[in-house]
Amino acid sequence: MSDTKPNPDKPQLNIPWLLKMAWRDTRRSRGRLALFLSSIVLGIAALVAINSFRDSLQLAIDEKARTLIGADLVMGMNKEPDSLSMAIIDSVGTLGKRSDENRMMSMVYFVNSNETRLVQVRALGGEFPYFGAIETKPKEASRSFREDRRALVDHNLMLQYEAEVGDSIRVGALTFAIEGALHRIPGQTAMTAAVAPVVYIPRQYLPETGLIQRGSRVSYYYYYDLDEAVQPDTLGKKLDPRLEEYGMFYDTVETRKASMGRSYDELARFLALVGFVALLLGCVGVASAVHVYMRDKLATIGILRCLGMSGKQAFLVYLFQVMGMGLLGGIAGAALGSVVQLVLPELFKTFLPVTVDAYFSATAATQGVLLGVIVSVLFALLPLLSIRQVSPLITLRATFEHLTNQKDLLRWAVYGLLLGFIVVFSRWQLGTWWQAFYFTGGVIAAFLVLALLAKGLSWTVKRFFPTHWGYVWRQGLANLYRPNNQTLLLMVSIGLGTALIGTLFMVQRTLLSEVSLSGTKNQPNLVLFDIQNSQRDQVGELTKQEGLPILYFDPIVTVRLEQINNLTLADVRKDTTLEIKPWNFTREYRVTYRDQLSDSEKTEEGTWIKNQYSGSGRVPVSLEQRYAERIKVKVGDSLLYNVQGATMPARVAHIRRVDWNRVQTNFQVVFPEGVLEEAPQFHVLMTRSDNEQQAAQFQRKVVENFPNVSAIGLDLILRTLEEVVGQISFVIQFMALFSIFTGLLVLVGSVNVSKFQRVQESVLLRTLGANKKQILGITLMEYAMLGILAAAVGCVIAFGAAWALAVFSFEMEFVPVLWPLLVIFVVVTLLTVAVGLLNSRGVLNRPPLEVLRREA
Amino acid sequence: MSTILEINNLKKTYNSGDRHLTVLEGINFTLQAGDTCAIVGPSGSGKTTLLGLCAGLDRASSGSVILNGVRLDNLSEDARAQVRNQYVGFIFQNFQLIPTLTALENVMVPLELRGERNVKREAMDLLARVGLADRHDHYPTQLSGGEQQRVSLARAFSNRPTILFADEPTGNLDEETGDKVESLLFELNREAGTTLVLVTHDLELAEKTQRIIRIKGGHVVSDTGAPEATHQPYGSNIS
Repeated sequence: MSDTKPNPDKPQLNIPWLLKMAWRDTRRSRGRLALFLSSIVLGIAALVAINSFRDSLQLAIDEKARTLIGADLVMGMNKEPDSLSMAIIDSVGTLGKRSDENRMMSMVYFVNSNETRLVQVRALGGEFPYFGAIETKPKEASRSFREDRRALVDHNLMLQYEAEVGDSIRVGALTFAIEGALHRIPGQTAMTAAVAPVVYIPRQYLPETGLIQRGSRVSYYYYYDLDEAVQPDTLGKKLDPRLEEYGMFYDTVETRKASMGRSYDELARFLALVGFVALLLGCVGVASAVHVYMRDKLATIGILRCLGMSGKQAFLVYLFQVMGMGLLGGIAGAALGSVVQLVLPELFKTFLPVTVDAYFSATAATQGVLLGVIVSVLFALLPLLSIRQVSPLITLRATFEHLTNQKDLLRWAVYGLLLGFIVVFSRWQLGTWWQAFYFTGGVIAAFLVLALLAKGLSWTVKRFFPTHWGYVWRQGLANLYRPNNQTLLLMVSIGLGTALIGTLFMVQRTLLSEVSLSGTKNQPNLVLFDIQNSQRDQVGELTKQEGLPILYFDPIVTVRLEQINNLTLADVRKDTTLEIKPWNFTREYRVTYRDQLSDSEKTEEGTWIKNQYSGSGRVPVSLEQRYAERIKVKVGDSLLYNVQGATMPARVAHIRRVDWNRVQTNFQVVFPEGVLEEAPQFHVLMTRSDNEQQAAQFQRKVVENFPNVSAIGLDLILRTLEEVVGQISFVIQFMALFSIFTGLLVLVGSVNVSKFQRVQESVLLRTLGANKKQILGITLMEYAMLGILAAAVGCVIAFGAAWALAVFSFEMEFVPVLWPLLVIFVVVTLLTVAVGLLNSRGVLNRPPLEVLRREA
Repeated sequence: MSTILEINNLKKTYNSGDRHLTVLEGINFTLQAGDTCAIVGPSGSGKTTLLGLCAGLDRASSGSVILNGVRLDNLSEDARAQVRNQYVGFIFQNFQLIPTLTALENVMVPLELRGERNVKREAMDLLARVGLADRHDHYPTQLSGGEQQRVSLARAFSNRPTILFADEPTGNLDEETGDKVESLLFELNREAGTTLVLVTHDLELAEKTQRIIRIKGGHVVSDTGAPEATHQPYGSNIS
């Protein structure tokens, strides 16, 4: 017999044995533990997939960087270069080879199919691209089209208009033979190609097309293949101040890599956040599962405590189990994520400028495994902490209050850890602290609302219990508040899942409805632009002849801003505290003049200028509200505009709010009549056709008679936008699937967990004579109540979140589209009831004794 | 002979809101090494509570429990757990075997908790002693009630305890099985020279011990078989 006295200060931990105990103890619960861990697998898989993809994309961008811009240096501007700009362009040209390109939006006419289409015309001269290739079919067409009057046409356009190589296409006043189908341009994504399909023509034929007219929007690009001794970035940085002054921009391989990395990183961050929400949802599942699991383990813990196990040892046994579970979940998630990322390049290819080869990212996989362990432990800590307080007295009295009543300060530490983890993790995913705090706040708010509602439901049912109802109803309702109820856990997990899925659907629907709203009745659906002064009356006449109404016909004058309250570009560059962006001075504004507000405009401040400008004093102008905020002016402030060479002092007389969602010509700056009439200008006409045939015929006639005028049908814009939004929402939905399936798993897990609570009393009821129908009724009642309430609250949260996203993030009018929510509500409720009933099958179809033995 | 268990003026009260329920009061007795003692009394008399306090499973409201020279009421729960592991063996009415462990593993647990190695052989010997060597890899649910209690007996003696506490050890068994378990318990106890405290309704079983303490309404009403020197002035408690 040992004579050693106990030394309370030095309890032996014996970690290897605790690990062995942890393993032994899982023997009869491995199925349940597997279900618990499955709830984190999908969240981790989503994160690993996105992060792996991010790594693959970065690698692809690094590897193929030079082909992204096809040159060492690209310089460009959105107006015709003057002599000063030209001097820079030419001087850089002496450092290597140069290719010139002009880009403009214009109509093209497919001769064979007798159809027209708005495209981006690129008139290319020189040997661009110097790196990579313009991919065409046939391959040699990318070079050979430059030698004659030949064109390269976007391959999708060719399919759409049934054009083939050798067919004719008219660009402006000139007809070109199609030399090849255009498949890929350096740096361009399939998405941009879909929005603005490209037609290449040799630059030497551009003047003959007649596309460049006064006021035409033409961009000028210059591509350089620099001598080896020249460092493109050093050169770019050196030239930058002058380039900015002349309204020019430049791009090198490095600047393109950086900007592309940033934009794709943002996309990846957003998607990773969707994955993180799936993971959080899974964590709720883990927390609830561990909570119930621990309750089932109380007896075992009591015995172990009785036999001399310390609270710390007992805690460690179950902590090791959770860590093991998290590790397995992490490994499974990382493996699944690594497989899923193989399909992501295909999914994202529309948005990508380079071909991405998916490869296994050890970093992302390791992060996933670690994350599995961390989240499992963090979210299991609260129930695990209570193990330390299990009293050994439970072995003597099963009815004993199992936990000692000590106040546990560590619980608060765990709350802090959980909060800290969510903030830090979302900061890592989102990039800024304030976004992380908003996100965390939103998640906590949703949790609180659901938790409060669950508590409120239990309280209400208990307080106003319908004592006169039938037994089945009463029993079903009572299950919502009786000890060991699952109300809180199910409400939070089901409600949160519903909220997330609902938000995603609502946002997507709102975005789409925003687009389709523009196509409603009495709105213009056909726009003609680049109409020259000399063509104004004839175009108006043609429109009327075709039986189409002239809804808007606005003159447009190009101006630049030179001073804001006597501050020049140089002043705002020097003093950044002014918070006025330099590009407000370098960019061109397309302004109009008229004597009345349009129906999409409302006065915010000042007085609208109805009368013609008198000719004396500063010209009174009206500014759009957000533009006025951007350039920091209010009514009465002075501005100095440059109208194509002539300076024009102006004062802010009126500030107006503009509904940019309306399909019509909207302007940031409106001049009064009597000022710009003589300035060089072009016109935009908006009309409405009743059907596609009428629109197509009108467009054809416009192209035939006025080759420089572009006509675009809004149905095409709508179709394109719908396609773009559809592709984006497909990607989001793909990621949301992880949340949806996680939600389902948590639901199955939660209901399954509650089964262990309910099975014994159901069996008892069966033993006492309750029939199948009654047990079924009780179960149905309980889960229907939980499903209905959780889904309803989830839908309300989704509605609020979608509203907030629409108003604050997308800055557009919130269009409540309710049917997706209704569908989600019904599906979630039915699923909850179905899973609840499925889990009760065991009780219903077997003799009570058998069930008791099996579940014991 | 050395004193193994010393109970002084023990009191246990439960508080529920404004109500105070005294379940034990003024309990005093002492047990020497190798003593066998039964605590008997009607349901609700406080005998299980007394066993819990003596074994260090619970804390008294006042008074003291000194087990093998260690005063338990000053110790934390973890320190009491260590005392239990070193000096105490337990047998419960409902066996309290860990369902996820085999019979052998259940017997090994107290030794493993001490950090002892190579305990399998010792545990197997004990299982063989209770006649269950061939069932060592069976889980509790695969054993009958009597077999479970025999495993429980093996476990109780596995850590070579100074004192063994048994709570209605035959309460869940039929008479024949109960008799077998009873014989085994006394036999093992004799061999190990362990002090035995058992709580029971069964007067026949109680009479097999040297000493019987009767409890009623939380007070000791008689203490038969107690050595003269340890007789306590029960005062008003004695009926």
